[in-house]
Amino acid sequence: MLLTVTTTHRPATDLGYLLVKHPDRMHAFDLPTGTAYVFYAEASEECCTAALLLDVDPQRLLTGTRNRGGAKGSAPDGFTLGQYVNDRPYATSSLLASALAKVFRSALRGESRDRPELAGTPIPLEVRVPVLRCQGGPELVGRLFAPLGWTVTATAVGLDEEHPEWGASRYVDLTLTGTLRLADALNHLYVLLPVLDDAKHYWVAPEEIDKLLRAGAGWLADHPERALVTRRYLAHQRALAQSALDRLAELRLADEPADADTVTDSETDSHGDGGAGTAPDPVTGAEPANGPDTPVRLPSLAAQRRTAVLAALADSGASRVLDLGCGGGALLVDLVADRRYTEIVGTDVSTAALAMAERRLRLDRLPERQRDRIRLWQSALTYRDDRLRGYDAAVLMEVIEHVDPSRLDALEAAVFGHAQPGAVVVTTPNVEYNVRYEGLPAGQARHHDHRFEWTRAEFADWAHRVADTYGYRVALSGIGGDDPEVGAPTQLAVLTRATTTAAGQQTVGTVAEQQATGTVGDDEKEVPA
Amino acid sequence: MTVVEIPELALVALVGVSGSGKTTFARRHFAPTQVLSSDAFRAMVADDENDQSASATAFDVLHYVAGKRLRGGRLTVVDATNLQPHARQALVKVARDHDVLPVAIVLDVPEAVAWERTEARTDRTFDRRVITRMQRDLRQSLGRLAREGFRKVYVLRGVDEIDAAEIRYEKLFNDRRELTGPFDIIGDVHGCRAELETLLVRLGWTLRTDADGRPVGAVHPEGRTAVFVGDLVDRGPDSPGVLRLVMGMVAAGTAICVPGNHEQKLLRRLRGRDVKLTHGLAETVAQLDAEDPAFVAGVAAFIDGLVSHYVLDGGRLVVAHAGLKEEYQGRASGRVRSFALYGETTGETDEYGLPVRYPWARDYRGSAMVVYGHTPTPVPEWVNNTICIDTGCVFGGALTALRYPDRELVSVPAEKEHYPPVRPLVPTGSQRTDDTLELTDVTGRRHVDYGYGKVTVPAENSAAALEVMSRFAVDPRWLVWLPPTMAPCSTSTVPGYLEHPAEAFADFRAAGVDRVVCEEKHMGSRAVVLVRREPDAGPFGPGGGVVYTRTGRPFFGDPLDGQLLDRVRRAVDVTGLWAELDTDWLLLDCELLPWSAKAGGLIRSRYASVGAAGRHVLPAVDQVLASAGRRGLDVAALRDRMARRAADVARYSAAYRRYVGPTDGLAGVTLAPFAVLAGAGRSYADRDHGWHLALADRLCAVDPELFTPTRRLVVELADGTAVAAATDWWLALTADGGEGMVVKPYAGPGAVNAKGRLLQPGIKCRGREYLRIIYGPEYTEPAQLAALRKRSLGRKRGLALTEHGLGLAALDRLAEGAPLWRRHELVFAILASESEPVDPRL
Repeated sequence: MLLTVTTTHRPATDLGYLLVKHPDRMHAFDLPTGTAYVFYAEASEECCTAALLLDVDPQRLLTGTRNRGGAKGSAPDGFTLGQYVNDRPYATSSLLASALAKVFRSALRGESRDRPELAGTPIPLEVRVPVLRCQGGPELVGRLFAPLGWTVTATAVGLDEEHPEWGASRYVDLTLTGTLRLADALNHLYVLLPVLDDAKHYWVAPEEIDKLLRAGAGWLADHPERALVTRRYLAHQRALAQSALDRLAELRLADEPADADTVTDSETDSHGDGGAGTAPDPVTGAEPANGPDTPVRLPSLAAQRRTAVLAALADSGASRVLDLGCGGGALLVDLVADRRYTEIVGTDVSTAALAMAERRLRLDRLPERQRDRIRLWQSALTYRDDRLRGYDAAVLMEVIEHVDPSRLDALEAAVFGHAQPGAVVVTTPNVEYNVRYEGLPAGQARHHDHRFEWTRAEFADWAHRVADTYGYRVALSGIGGDDPEVGAPTQLAVLTRATTTAAGQQTVGTVAEQQATGTVGDDEKEVPA
Repeated sequence: MTVVEIPELALVALVGVSGSGKTTFARRHFAPTQVLSSDAFRAMVADDENDQSASATAFDVLHYVAGKRLRGGRLTVVDATNLQPHARQALVKVARDHDVLPVAIVLDVPEAVAWERTEARTDRTFDRRVITRMQRDLRQSLGRLAREGFRKVYVLRGVDEIDAAEIRYEKLFNDRRELTGPFDIIGDVHGCRAELETLLVRLGWTLRTDADGRPVGAVHPEGRTAVFVGDLVDRGPDSPGVLRLVMGMVAAGTAICVPGNHEQKLLRRLRGRDVKLTHGLAETVAQLDAEDPAFVAGVAAFIDGLVSHYVLDGGRLVVAHAGLKEEYQGRASGRVRSFALYGETTGETDEYGLPVRYPWARDYRGSAMVVYGHTPTPVPEWVNNTICIDTGCVFGGALTALRYPDRELVSVPAEKEHYPPVRPLVPTGSQRTDDTLELTDVTGRRHVDYGYGKVTVPAENSAAALEVMSRFAVDPRWLVWLPPTMAPCSTSTVPGYLEHPAEAFADFRAAGVDRVVCEEKHMGSRAVVLVRREPDAGPFGPGGGVVYTRTGRPFFGDPLDGQLLDRVRRAVDVTGLWAELDTDWLLLDCELLPWSAKAGGLIRSRYASVGAAGRHVLPAVDQVLASAGRRGLDVAALRDRMARRAADVARYSAAYRRYVGPTDGLAGVTLAPFAVLAGAGRSYADRDHGWHLALADRLCAVDPELFTPTRRLVVELADGTAVAAATDWWLALTADGGEGMVVKPYAGPGAVNAKGRLLQPGIKCRGREYLRIIYGPEYTEPAQLAALRKRSLGRKRGLALTEHGLGLAALDRLAEGAPLWRRHELVFAILASESEPVDPRL
């Protein structure tokens, strides 16, 4: 809500000409989000400090939010009371950047009727933002401002002085000093304040690319963090960010290899818990990179997993298949591409994931004959679902570990007992392999939503128990390279129906009998030693 | 006068040429909505009721509507010429598909009459030859109708007979809804006469014997009726004796009986058919050979007269030998009879060569109780409101009766193993099948009638709740109840206050409540504690119970929830409540304190953050404004306002800090129980809050470290002094940030108003400082307060009441031992009501 700009250029009061705001008056501007005041805390020959105070009107924020329909600007993390309890009245954020653009329009453009030369001259400046909402902490502030010629003093604000054990808040008390043109300084702030905030209060439209490139003219194209700046400024919309980066690359001299634009994802940790309420995508879920001693770039583990699952499905001879827990639809894309699959059903309990899969498959643009092969259904694997009966094969790829151990029996009954596909392809992490991941603390799961991760022996036990109970045969193997000590990173089980006995009628006795005659329970492959 | 008798549920096809008066006849005898006329359907699909090119489409729609009506159990009359065999076959198929009887009523008028009528119509332009052809078709049809599958065919000849005809409705044989019992329903006897006698005596029946001392009847002093589920004969030592007794009881009207597959087979044998003397039929045949031929003839007549199933007690009870799925109840067709006698088999056989039976009971979602036999089972178990009471007496098990409506099982053991079982009489590893839920139990747009009211759950909400329920909630078997949302009191007009006790009291006065209890509202996290007496065995989870949040998630997870349950269990042990309430589990509604124990992350990321930003920026603002002021700028008003805001932020910070306390594991955690919702076989919603709080106090007395008491005040709303005292009490509670109080009808959670409708179970009245946590640090600024006062409470109140009713109904069903899906649909509906809608399209 507060930003001050101080100069010691002489006469310092020329700052008033550059900003086009008389130092001896109180200036007030009515803005969509509240009232912006510009006034001078100091205005002498030696030193002049202009202050921009944005007095946010919470009620206007409320109505603004409602009108925008869905885009919860004031509560980016979906906090239900966020519309009332939020930091927008206090912290400097994208709201202040908007105010800056409105109030200091000509100064941002580097124009000054009264002091045209001074506008183009670097002058000593100090900018202070006492409370800057900052995703990434003081360190990121340094990375963003220092390359632009600023000396950065960024201190984390404590969360609560009565609870020092809580540590730092997400706010930074920022002071920038340097000798820069005022217009550059303001443009840096205009772009980087919302980037640090990383929660735009308005809907980001394609026009924002033009705004970004205009404000970033002369400095963004060569900024080492331009990828992060672009992505965050454009509210993480990949298509927009890529288009902006392409245009930035054209602006730059061709002296860098093209792939330098590859997104570095240096900020995944700070953005990890975004998207509240949506289920983590079990298919593409965040995984550590390949093992440490992989000299050549292999396909990602997720890609290898899909390849292995597709191979297992092909072996089963299935043509009507279920992808249970399809998530964002990565495997569905592969299934659709293969003509042998005449009917493909993706299910997930998360409607958000299904919507993502629908977009990824471009269902609305497929020809009718193609689209008729694919169905996306919301279903929960702990409930019996009659729609899922009678398929040739089902895939449970990286799904079971997202189910509480106490509910696995319900999943087993619903999938193996009720849906009864001819074959079931199951993958799950091999917890023994976790020691091979640098940076994964011992005992920590690969994904925060994993309810368990199994050793090879545990997975084999489970697969055999399920097979015995429901009349399936088991074949176990691994995906992603077999480590002699800890096995492969991902475990694969293919369960094939042993008999054609009807729904839920398979009794323990029957299977025991079949085992005695050797029809059940012989693994095609041994567990990796 | 011709009387046309048709079953109450039937598909009636009118048959006649154009101009025979079908429409007039239909209008005279049936309600307009019962009549589906081909003319109307042609008009519906083609804007012209005479457009014959639209006939195929029109009949498509007509058959569809007819099917929907019959599925719903509604008599349906088809007004079309129905002169072509294919047209009639389609109707017979629709009737059979819905297991109702097809009936044909033929209107046969002289051709001249038909022609005269047709000519009189301006919209019919076809020539006389058409009528002639139709008349020919009618002649050919007459002889065929019965063969085509019409169970009753009435031919009304001539205008006079048609005009004079009268329709009478007859009940189906299986419709005995007027019999209300009480019943003693008896399982498969299989010739075990001695055990049957013993059982009847145990049930209080008095046996009547003939001159030879053979029982030939029985009466019950309380006028109970016996119901036999069939399989009276075969395998056992005295099938004739059993028949003699049951036939006597049925003849005397003290029993009713449905046939079993063994009676069916015996009947075929008695009629001289060639049947294999297997499965114990040989014994029966040999025993009957020793009987008087007149008795044997009586047996054949008796079996022949048996009806395959009965719908009893107003539709609440269905008895059939092998059970009956909902779609077949009260219907009549070959497959209904076959299902009732033999059940549904999958076409496969098990390792003993016996047919594999489809577990229809697992899928049963009907409201009628279904009692059946046919499949020997060691212990009768309720599965979705159905029960098989064949406990294999003849195989050395027991003979079992179910007392209805008491749901009490009475068994007598077999005197010996009369017949070796083909398959061992032990469970074959199958778990209780009503534990599995179907997706259709909870998804889609659902209309739920929960007894206290009705609610429609939109598909959007169900879709959202499904994700939470299946991914995050505790096992549905243990999630027996969810707390309803709570409405705040009407908005206060007291200056500076958004909520004030005056409004809470006024709300209850307006609802006709005299006496309320004001309970201190603890600010923590809602914790529902289901604690079992035995930690290691019993229902509701492996850990001796379960602790969950208001959205059904495990509270802390392992191992803290288990430790918490252990301490609660020990406290209940000491109070002696297990014995006192005669229960081995209790459901406690509690608040777990401090707030930070569960919500620490939320407090830090949200509440403390906002405070940190405010506390850090406002002094900086003040400093800048002070400098500007010193320069002579007029910033006094702005500076004042900023100072007020700083003070508000300080109050806000104090408010949230109040609910932060050091905890380490369970150390520092306390539980404030305020209601004891249920125990074994019992909901305590009918107990008043004095009772609930007294039990809570006893827990506090036993373990004051774990339990926090709830301060309260009972207030007679007519007593001005008491009301004023309660207001002062609330002011003191909330002065330094206390959350406030909940005002509840003293009569308890189940309290109702004069009209018998549920009251709001509680109205919250929250403190002025506390509300900064809810509505923002500066909500007391006049402009913000004015805006907040426009808050609309109607939706919140409606939701609170609905969810409360759903929760009470879930507790009732739990007490009744209702199947899991019946309980889960209610708990799920509460969660759905609390969920933000999502797109259910996918």
